[in-house]
Amino acid sequence: MAIKQLTVFVQNSKGTIVSVTDILAKNNVNIRALSIAETKDFGILRLIVNDQELATKLLEENDYLIKTIDVIGVKIGDKPGELTSALAVLDKADINVEYLYAFMARTEKHAYVVLRVENNELAQAVLSDAGFKLITEQDVCKL
Amino acid sequence: MAQNYYQKDIETMPVEDIKKLQSEKLVKQVKHVYENVEYYRKLMDEKGVKPDDIKGIEDLHKLPFISKADLRDAYPYGLLAKPLDECVRIHSTSGTTGRRVVAFYTQHDIDLWEDCCARAIVAAGGSKKDVCQVAYGYGLFTGGSGLNGGSHKVGCLTLPMSSGNTERQIQFMMDLNATIICCTPSYAAYIGETLKEQGYKPEDIPLKAGIFGAEPWTEEMRENIEKTLGIKAYDIYGLTETSGPGVAFECSEQTGMHVNEDHFYAEIIDPDTGEVLPEGSKGELVFTSLDKEAFPLLRYRTRDICVLSRKKCSCGRTLIKMAKPMGRTDDMLIIRGVNVFPSQIETVLLNEGYQPNYQIVVDRVNNNDTFDVKVELTPEQFTDKVGEVLAMEKSLANAMKTMLGINPSVHLVAPKTIARSEGKAVRVVDKRKLI
Repeated sequence: MAIKQLTVFVQNSKGTIVSVTDILAKNNVNIRALSIAETKDFGILRLIVNDQELATKLLEENDYLIKTIDVIGVKIGDKPGELTSALAVLDKADINVEYLYAFMARTEKHAYVVLRVENNELAQAVLSDAGFKLITEQDVCKL
Repeated sequence: MAQNYYQKDIETMPVEDIKKLQSEKLVKQVKHVYENVEYYRKLMDEKGVKPDDIKGIEDLHKLPFISKADLRDAYPYGLLAKPLDECVRIHSTSGTTGRRVVAFYTQHDIDLWEDCCARAIVAAGGSKKDVCQVAYGYGLFTGGSGLNGGSHKVGCLTLPMSSGNTERQIQFMMDLNATIICCTPSYAAYIGETLKEQGYKPEDIPLKAGIFGAEPWTEEMRENIEKTLGIKAYDIYGLTETSGPGVAFECSEQTGMHVNEDHFYAEIIDPDTGEVLPEGSKGELVFTSLDKEAFPLLRYRTRDICVLSRKKCSCGRTLIKMAKPMGRTDDMLIIRGVNVFPSQIETVLLNEGYQPNYQIVVDRVNNNDTFDVKVELTPEQFTDKVGEVLAMEKSLANAMKTMLGINPSVHLVAPKTIARSEGKAVRVVDKRKLI
């Protein structure tokens, strides 16, 4: 059920993100979700794409430092308080969230949250038990 | 300008007499070293030189050189020439590839070193009427103790401030009317900037002279320091291996440093062949301690590139003058007064499980050295968590600080991003314009 997230190390300087997205765009890789964590010197780009294998190959060929990480995705209602209740479930189960990013679907009245946690199986189990719908990589690509 | 000397008979001695004095001391010193230091005995035997072959200073070239590598090999007691119970102190350089150089001193050695520092203070216009603020670090580093001792000998009221705590430095300077300050030139510039920010004009500052050394500095920096502090800024040279600061010092002419050649004999050699070069040639500076007892180095290769000149000096001193060192024969960097070798960075990286793909970037911002180390991350080390990458940078910086004694700013970078020239990575980028 886990979603493969592509993680790319980039220098925090002008033009570094565009050079990554450009390589993907030229090869018809579609970015479904993206977040960046940045420091003064460097940034870590996190991407979920429709063709993870191709994206990995392309970026590796271009000497990017990349790593594929399993993250989980959860569907929540597009209204105030929904994210809080999802996070409360994890908190109650003592699962630490390293980071998360959210995006909205174009057509549905839902939002999607990508979560990087310590224990994917446990997080998925508690969220599922609490009635949240988990999403798969295929789901993300179809959105 | 009226000249004062701390030891006039030596400082203004006719050149022939200095040579005679050096010859007498050298003959004695070589015997002392040969008899008491096995390491030297071996070096001399290998070269086929006996103490009897050294009849005067003109025979010095027959002796083997000694280098920093020998000092590290012989750590800690291998070059000690006196029983430990006659030694009263040690000083030490910042560690190189994990091994420090430790120098020993008898009371005689401390005395002659402090005399050298006293000569420097008097040449800078100091007398017993002065208040001398010593803002070099005290401790294993020679700067603080050396100038402290010199200041006592001159009879100055000595403020043993050590380095750092600029607010307190300024408070003591202003409240106790310090007239002479001794520190690194970059620290002097920093104190000057701080005083300026606090609204002090040069004429409000009681200082009249400064004695600055332990790191390279330019004429521009001198001008800048002289202007902000309203002082005369004098250069001083020395190294732990030969005793510390005071091996050579600047006089009122400010055109090079007089070598205290009654204690330290200076030679300029071709760094490739080892051949002694005539006066005025550019080459590697080599020092021989003529009368140090505990840690007497003969023909120590400093790796500093320098020129010597016997040109008559307007201050009246006859001691030979050395120019500001113009560079190094090795890849050593002096950052914030500390010796740094790229090989040390490499050692830390290997110890910490990194590939030795790095670049040292040194610059000078507001007269202070910046010290950045870029290190290439490997795919195995890369993590998606920012906090972990930052923690890796911090832990590498700490390991480097332990090795070097100064704190670098570590930046992890993507693989293959460090500039390479002709396929070879550029390890050092020194942006300081010093020469």
